[in-house]
Amino acid sequence: MTRRYSAFSLFKEGLAGQTGWEPAWRSPSPRKSYDAIIIGGGGHGLATAYYLAKTHGVTNVAVLEKGWIGGGNTGRNTTVVRSNYYYPESVALYGLAHRLYEGLGQDLNYNVMLSQRGMISLCHSAIEMEIAARTVNAMQISGIDAELYSVDDVRRVAPIYNFSAQARYPVFGGVWQGRAGTARHDAVAWGYARAASGLGVDIIQNCEVTDFIIADGRCRGVVTTRGEMRAERIGMAVAGHSSVLAAKAGFHLPINSYALQACVSEPVKPILDTVVLSPGTGVYVSQSDKGEMVIGGALDRIPSYGQRGNLPTLEGVISGLLEMFPAFGQLKLMRQWAGIVDVVPDSSPIIGESPLPGLFLNCGWGTGGFKAIPAGGTLLAHLLATGKHNDISRPFDLDRFVTGRLIDEAAGSGIAH
Amino acid sequence: MSAERLNTGGSAIDRARPLTFSFDGRKVEAFVGDTIAAALLANDVAVVGRSFKYHRPRGVWGSGVEEPNALVDIAGRGPNMRATTELARQGLVALSVNASPDAAHDRSAFLDRFARFIPAAFYYKTFMWPDWHRFEPRIRAMAGLGKVDPAWTAPEAADQINHHCDVLVVGAGPAGLTAARIAAHDGKSVLLVDERMVPGGSLRHRDGGIDGKPSAQWITESLSALTGAGHLFLPATTAFGIYDHNLVALNQRHQDGRPDTLWRVRPRRIILATGALERPLPFADNDLPGIMSADAALVYLRCYAVRVGRRIVIATNNDSAYEVAEALTDAGATVTLIDMRQHDLPSAPKGVTILPGRMIASAQGKSRVESVTLDDGTKLTVDSVLVSGGWTPTLHLFGQARGKLAWSEKRAVFLPGDPVEGIAVAGAANGAVSLSEVFADVARATSSPPPISTGREASGGVVPAWPIAGAKGRIWIDYQSDVTAKDVELAARENFVSVEHLKRYTTLGMATDQGKTSNLLGLALLAGVSGRSIAETGTTTYRPPFTPVPLTSFAGPRSGELMAPVRRLPLENLHRAQGAVFQEYGGWLRPAFYGGADAERAIQDEARRARQSVALFDGSTLGKIEVIGPQAAAFVDFIYYNTMSTLKPGRCRYGFMLSENGVVFDDGILVRLDEHRFIVSCSTSHVAAVHARLEEWRQDRFGRDAVYIHNATSEMATLTVSGPASKQLLATLDLGLSLDDADLPHMAIGEGRFAGDLLRVARVSFTGDRSYELSIRADRAETLWRSLRQAGKAFDAVTLGLEALMILRAEKGYIVIGKDTDGTTMPQDLGVDGPRAKRQTDYVGRRSLFTEVAQAPNRLQLVGLAVREDEPPLAPGAHGILQDGPKLRSQGFVTSSYLSPVLERPIALGLIERGAARQGETIDMQHLGQKRRATITAPCAFDPSGARFNA
Amino acid sequence: MQIFTCPFCGPRDESEFHFGGEAGNTRPDGADVPAERWARYLYMRANPKGATSEVWVHMTCGEFFIMERDSVGHKVAASHPLGGAEKSE
Repeated sequence: MTRRYSAFSLFKEGLAGQTGWEPAWRSPSPRKSYDAIIIGGGGHGLATAYYLAKTHGVTNVAVLEKGWIGGGNTGRNTTVVRSNYYYPESVALYGLAHRLYEGLGQDLNYNVMLSQRGMISLCHSAIEMEIAARTVNAMQISGIDAELYSVDDVRRVAPIYNFSAQARYPVFGGVWQGRAGTARHDAVAWGYARAASGLGVDIIQNCEVTDFIIADGRCRGVVTTRGEMRAERIGMAVAGHSSVLAAKAGFHLPINSYALQACVSEPVKPILDTVVLSPGTGVYVSQSDKGEMVIGGALDRIPSYGQRGNLPTLEGVISGLLEMFPAFGQLKLMRQWAGIVDVVPDSSPIIGESPLPGLFLNCGWGTGGFKAIPAGGTLLAHLLATGKHNDISRPFDLDRFVTGRLIDEAAGSGIAH
Repeated sequence: MSAERLNTGGSAIDRARPLTFSFDGRKVEAFVGDTIAAALLANDVAVVGRSFKYHRPRGVWGSGVEEPNALVDIAGRGPNMRATTELARQGLVALSVNASPDAAHDRSAFLDRFARFIPAAFYYKTFMWPDWHRFEPRIRAMAGLGKVDPAWTAPEAADQINHHCDVLVVGAGPAGLTAARIAAHDGKSVLLVDERMVPGGSLRHRDGGIDGKPSAQWITESLSALTGAGHLFLPATTAFGIYDHNLVALNQRHQDGRPDTLWRVRPRRIILATGALERPLPFADNDLPGIMSADAALVYLRCYAVRVGRRIVIATNNDSAYEVAEALTDAGATVTLIDMRQHDLPSAPKGVTILPGRMIASAQGKSRVESVTLDDGTKLTVDSVLVSGGWTPTLHLFGQARGKLAWSEKRAVFLPGDPVEGIAVAGAANGAVSLSEVFADVARATSSPPPISTGREASGGVVPAWPIAGAKGRIWIDYQSDVTAKDVELAARENFVSVEHLKRYTTLGMATDQGKTSNLLGLALLAGVSGRSIAETGTTTYRPPFTPVPLTSFAGPRSGELMAPVRRLPLENLHRAQGAVFQEYGGWLRPAFYGGADAERAIQDEARRARQSVALFDGSTLGKIEVIGPQAAAFVDFIYYNTMSTLKPGRCRYGFMLSENGVVFDDGILVRLDEHRFIVSCSTSHVAAVHARLEEWRQDRFGRDAVYIHNATSEMATLTVSGPASKQLLATLDLGLSLDDADLPHMAIGEGRFAGDLLRVARVSFTGDRSYELSIRADRAETLWRSLRQAGKAFDAVTLGLEALMILRAEKGYIVIGKDTDGTTMPQDLGVDGPRAKRQTDYVGRRSLFTEVAQAPNRLQLVGLAVREDEPPLAPGAHGILQDGPKLRSQGFVTSSYLSPVLERPIALGLIERGAARQGETIDMQHLGQKRRATITAPCAFDPSGARFNA
Repeated sequence: MQIFTCPFCGPRDESEFHFGGEAGNTRPDGADVPAERWARYLYMRANPKGATSEVWVHMTCGEFFIMERDSVGHKVAASHPLGGAEKSE
């Protein structure tokens, strides 16, 4: 059986009809008890399991997934990876994720196709350029790569953009992060699953958590559609469904769930080599390796758990896209979908122990969880292994809503975080 | 030569109107009515494109929207157009996709020879070393299908239409036409749509008779009965999405060059009569050009008079192919029918050789099929192979509406499961086969008598023909995505056994055809490999759109200014005549400065002259929201950070509005007109939001009978006269009120009249100089402005643009919310701590001013920042920096920075950590890597005593 | 495009409405409200999956009202004015 992925093993298996590959991850039956249980088999949950096993040596771990792994927001996002954040706390968090992404393919022995093609966040007025300067300076001071781009610079990286003086949102310049880009979202989930499974983690699909086992004021385990499982440390990474689990555990979270839609065009030959975000239209777009335009925009306006696209938001997003790239009027929409995102008042994640001791949170990523997967996994794994914050996760604790120490990036970033 | 156009027949084409177009540079002859695919077949073009991954030659498969192979770029129209649904036009230029130089001689065809090394998802297993970036550009260049023309511009905006009806019927085949007629008969308003150019569905090319008439006649009569009664039929219109509350989206194609039209239809009831699509059969190399859908071959024969081959093998697992065999035999072809069933076969058509109990094991040929080998080893020489692997009901819309599907073992298909509110499925989509069944199915929901099938009846005998694990050769499941049975087996082997994982891992069903021909075969094979039933395996989620929809349809007319219309000043034309250069500020188009190519100089000049004599400024965008009622004073007390109820009638007070989180949301002047009437003036860009907040608090906390709120912003224009000579200037006009400072002191308001209209004169100042804000009916502002300008000539008056005003207010240390504050700024950070410390009554945001963070010692506070006179101004956005151990960190930033013409030195405002207590301290600044130093000062740099208010 | 019912104007397109918040989140007044209680008012939400009761505003008439709906299937059950008397189904 072939386990290690490489050009050579692919060649060898090619000669043998590709019949020798092992399952990417095992599907064992659930056990009665684990050292740690992670609820949610998306990127964050799988990464948590991987780092628990790899960094902390905790391998008696189960990842419980209601449906199929990577089927939530991990498989529904627009795959942007970036760390151009304003506040030092955010830079530390997303910078960690970004660095881990840069080594992830080799670390996991799985090509996650990190494509650092750069991202330009446009400015449409002189005052936006001033705010952009404030942002770029903050990032440079925090040690993250960022540049303030002029119109000519933008023209160089996105030549087919609408630079017309008649454009509703003219271009004055933008914030460039060269290390930003995209990654293959499914591969991130599968790569973590394969690596975690290889280290002994049980990945249990079609296993929905229906309740918590609580004794002596602590969370001691979970009741699932596949039986009860016990663990002294339980983590949850279920994005838009965090409030549902929190209700079962007896507390509220500062979260509203909204649908975030995305869509792709039919595939065409390469025409756009970077990620472009226009705050004016609220639209961002990149071209996938397959050739599709991957298009995202603002949140829906109506709180929802319905993972279903709709027309009004789509119309707004597409008209914004065509204002940015008139030539894309030749394209056709191929697929439209929605994910349920967990929107927090300050748009920063919540990482830390929940009000129910023994239950740890990784949620509140809102529209921007994908780019943070390696960090979200690292930090939740640290919490589950040690029971304590590290310096990076500390500011993101739930207690910030009481102290008022919110980390609101709204000034520093557009919609695409 | 194998495919050819027959001399007679062809219900869709007009032989009197020939045309030519080009495909891959080759001239193609056609008739009006031909699709591009029909014309290519008539010209015996076998290879019409190359596959996505392996660049295998591919031919036309189908005759409609299910087409996976025949995609073409059409010059001026766009990439990836389906040749099976696009009409041929005189002079049209079509290019095959993903092929270079052309489909017949593709340079990348060699890739197919390495296929065994690059199976499904191979890219996840390699290219990690040294780095994916090394490989990505080449992979990207090979991927993609058609090409975008970067210079393309939209010829015109697409139309968008809203439509309401009682019943929307999707599909104008026998079921849909009947359903529409019955609904119309019952008195409902009906909209009938069909994605094809003409109605009739399968009746267009299948034998049949209805009510004793030929099908064609029945179609015509049915349609004219409908349209004659005022109902609407839209051909060439695809219902592509069902959204929340059963809103249906349609895309209508036009034949006159107009962009497609988006219809948003709100029906009371939806009937899906969307028919069924024919599936391929699994055998090795079943993707060779010349292998096509049997039903499509019948369409090409009967509608386009194209006989797709001479020596034809038809392979089937069901009854529907028999009519095809008969028709092609009648048209002069030699037909061998391979039926995998041994028993219960329909009667053999005359002249057709039938081989029962046999299947095709493999096809052979280089760039088109030349022979097939059967499962018993028999080899047949052919020029065309037609296959029918059974029919898949088209249930995409039902699935989009969250309808669950139920597997039918007998029919070997998914059928609608539990009903969805407001949606019915009828006809072939609901599993009906013969016309009698179709009509009975439609009639079930109504009392009206259905039509009667009086012609030949189709029968639905079928046995499953799923791919089997371990079969020899390369059996193609998804033609467009290049997914083979071995790829599905590989996915299952690697534990991608969820149908959604299969889709993503192999890309099965993710191409532009969304797997219309491939999905069921793929999941049936997956079910077999993973030891589950098809029902257990399930389907992937159906997502809009059913077929790709032009982006222009969604955008409609929203482009340019219509994206988000800018708001315009009542006096815009006067400003333009005066040479104003306009910019957008907070959604309004306002004069940035007046005249001159040198913006910087014009702005400096305006700011300097405003301090010397008198300045005129159009401040009409300033918010003016009236708060009226018995509880008005209590209301403004609650809304404002500052106590406002102590304000005397006729006076004005500056204050902050906070959000409940304690952050300064807006600032401005509150005017008290009388005991129960206030005017809230707020920042231009915050008017709508402030109004909404006032309404929310009014309704939530005070009640309808306590306060009334009226947004008068757009009713009144506000023109400001500011500067040492402002009083003299106003004195030359007859304004009907005393300008004496005793009667109208600073921060007071008076009422006068101008040319008979009410004029409000407020002595408030955003410049630091004596100022008068004159508010008048917006439609009378022009006369007032002209009078002010005329009177101003004697005082060397200057007209101020917004940029110069920004300098004047910054000289005074006056803030602009959102520029000099950010999303964390609290009133105490702006030096206004009094209410926080002293107020006893509650107000919005109060509790948040006492949180841990609100009382933190290191808050960013508003300061002035000074640099040496001979230095350039600081850059807005520059940060104050601090070396904190090994780390550099920010200690705040510059929010506003200008060259002050009156002070003849740079001035700046900033938010700096503990700034208020650090005046006089010099700090390091950094901007784009450049370091400078600045000294912290008080925010106000000009006339700190405020003497000029009354100068 | 969903259809919401304003208790004052009747059924209208969703684009005319703005979400106000969960119903029943009352404001605790005073400067000495415990920090946790204030945080609960400001930030903590039930965010229910399924039946919800929410405050909405119909922007074209400016009226706030309560709407009961399903946050998964989006079916609207009822809407009524603040304070609750009359219901319109």
